[in-house]
Amino acid sequence: MSSIPSTHAAGHDDHHGHGEHAKYPFLAHHFETPAHQFDSAKLGMWLFLATEVLFFGALFVAYAVLRVRFPEVFSYASHYLDTLMGGVNTCVLILSSLTMAMAVRFAQTDRTQAMLVCLVLTFMGAVGFMVIKYFEYSHKIHEHLVWGKTFYVPPEGELGQAERAELSKAPEPPPATLNPLDPAPAIVPTLAVLPAVEASAIKPASRGPVGLATPREQAQVERLPVPSEDPAFTKPALHLADPAMPANTHLFFAIYYCMTGLHGIHVLAGMVMLAWLIWRGARGHFSSKYFTPVDVGGLYWHIVDLVWIFLFPLFYLIH
Amino acid sequence: MAHGHSPSRSPHGEPHPLVGHLVPMWMLFAVGGALLALTAITVAVRYVDAGEFNMVIALGVAVIKATLVALFFMHLRWDRPFNLLTFVASTVFVLLLLAFALMDTGQYRHLQFEGNPPEVESTLQSQAPGAPVARFKPYAP
Repeated sequence: MSSIPSTHAAGHDDHHGHGEHAKYPFLAHHFETPAHQFDSAKLGMWLFLATEVLFFGALFVAYAVLRVRFPEVFSYASHYLDTLMGGVNTCVLILSSLTMAMAVRFAQTDRTQAMLVCLVLTFMGAVGFMVIKYFEYSHKIHEHLVWGKTFYVPPEGELGQAERAELSKAPEPPPATLNPLDPAPAIVPTLAVLPAVEASAIKPASRGPVGLATPREQAQVERLPVPSEDPAFTKPALHLADPAMPANTHLFFAIYYCMTGLHGIHVLAGMVMLAWLIWRGARGHFSSKYFTPVDVGGLYWHIVDLVWIFLFPLFYLIH
Repeated sequence: MAHGHSPSRSPHGEPHPLVGHLVPMWMLFAVGGALLALTAITVAVRYVDAGEFNMVIALGVAVIKATLVALFFMHLRWDRPFNLLTFVASTVFVLLLLAFALMDTGQYRHLQFEGNPPEVESTLQSQAPGAPVARFKPYAP
C-alpha cells in the first residue's frame, strides 16, 4: 500500500466503497476512502495557508517599501528591540514546531500518551512566546516606543530633548537656606522655584510641588548624586533625548506592531487550536487510522513558525 | 506516488499510519537542530558589518530555515505535489507583488524628497512637538 493511496483506488477495487464507512467510523459519508478524506482536508488546509502567505505577504511588501524609503530609520530603530528576547522567542517557536511534528508522528504510530505530551509542550511553547511578547510590548509601551504621535511624547517621569532645552534655559534658583544663622546652603529640593515649563508634553504632576516631581527630575535640577540602584538611571538613553534619532522613526514601530501583532494573534489562534487538539486527543479521538486534525493543525502551527522565521531577522537583526 | 514505506518495511515494527507519511524521529531532531544552528548563525551575522550582504545573509538563512520547515515538518517532501504547488504559487505571487511595488518605488525615486512634505511636517510638528524636524529637500542619490 502506498503511503499516499490514489483517491481513485475505490473505483478499481470492490473492497472499497460503502464497506469503508462501516470499517472506519470517522469517515464522513461524502468521502470514499480515508485517503480521500485525508487528502481533501490537507488540500483545504494548504489553500488556507496560501491565503495566509498572501495575507502576511502584503505586510512584508509594505515593510519593504518603507525600508527602501527610510533605510536610516530601520537601521536606527532596530536597536531599540531586544535581540535576546527575540532570539529566545525564535528558539521557543522552533522547539514548539519540533514538538508539533513529533506529536503528528506519535499520533501516526498510535502512541497517544506521547502525542498528548508533545501537544502540551507545543501549547507551553505558545504560552512562553506570548509571555515574552507581553514583556517586550509592555516595556516598549511604557517607554512610548509606539506608533503615532505618542512616540514623540516623553513617557511619564522622563524629559525629551525639547523639555531638556527648556529646563536648561531656566535661571539658576537662589540657594535656599533653612536656617539664616547657618551659612552653609542646605540641600533642599528647589524644583518648585523653577518657572513653569510651557512644553505641554510634561505631565502637570511633574511640574507641581516638590513632592510630586520624580526623583530623577529633582536630582537633575539640583545636581544631586544619583543612587545607582535606581532603575530610572541605569536604563539606556531615552529615544527622545537622542539627537541622532532620524525623522519618522515612529514608522518603524508602526510596521513592527502591525506585523508582530498580527503574528501574535495567529499564535493565540494556534493556542485555541492546540487546546482543542489536546481535548480531543485526551478523549482518544486520534489514532494511526485517524489523525487528520493533528496533521492539519500542525501545518497551521508550522506556518506561524515560518512567518516568525522571517520577522525575526527583518526587525531584530538589522545591522 | 509510492514514496512511503510498505507496512512490512515499517521501521521498528511500529504500526503504519493509514494515510500520510511517517517521518523518522532522527530526521525531525536533525531538522530542529539545524533550525537552531541557523538561528545562532543569523544572530551572529548581525554583529558583523558586511554592508549589503547583511541583508542578503539574513534573508538567505531565513529562506533555508523556511524550506527546512516546509519540506520536513510540513511533510511537503512526501506530500501530494499539488499541495507544494499551492504553497509555492502563493509565495511566487507575493514575490511578484514585492517586485512590482519595489520597481514602482524606484521609478518614482526622482520625484521623491528627503524629509516630509510641508503639510505632513506641519501636522507632525503641531501634533507631536518633540518630533525631529524632517525638512523638505529634493532627493539626491
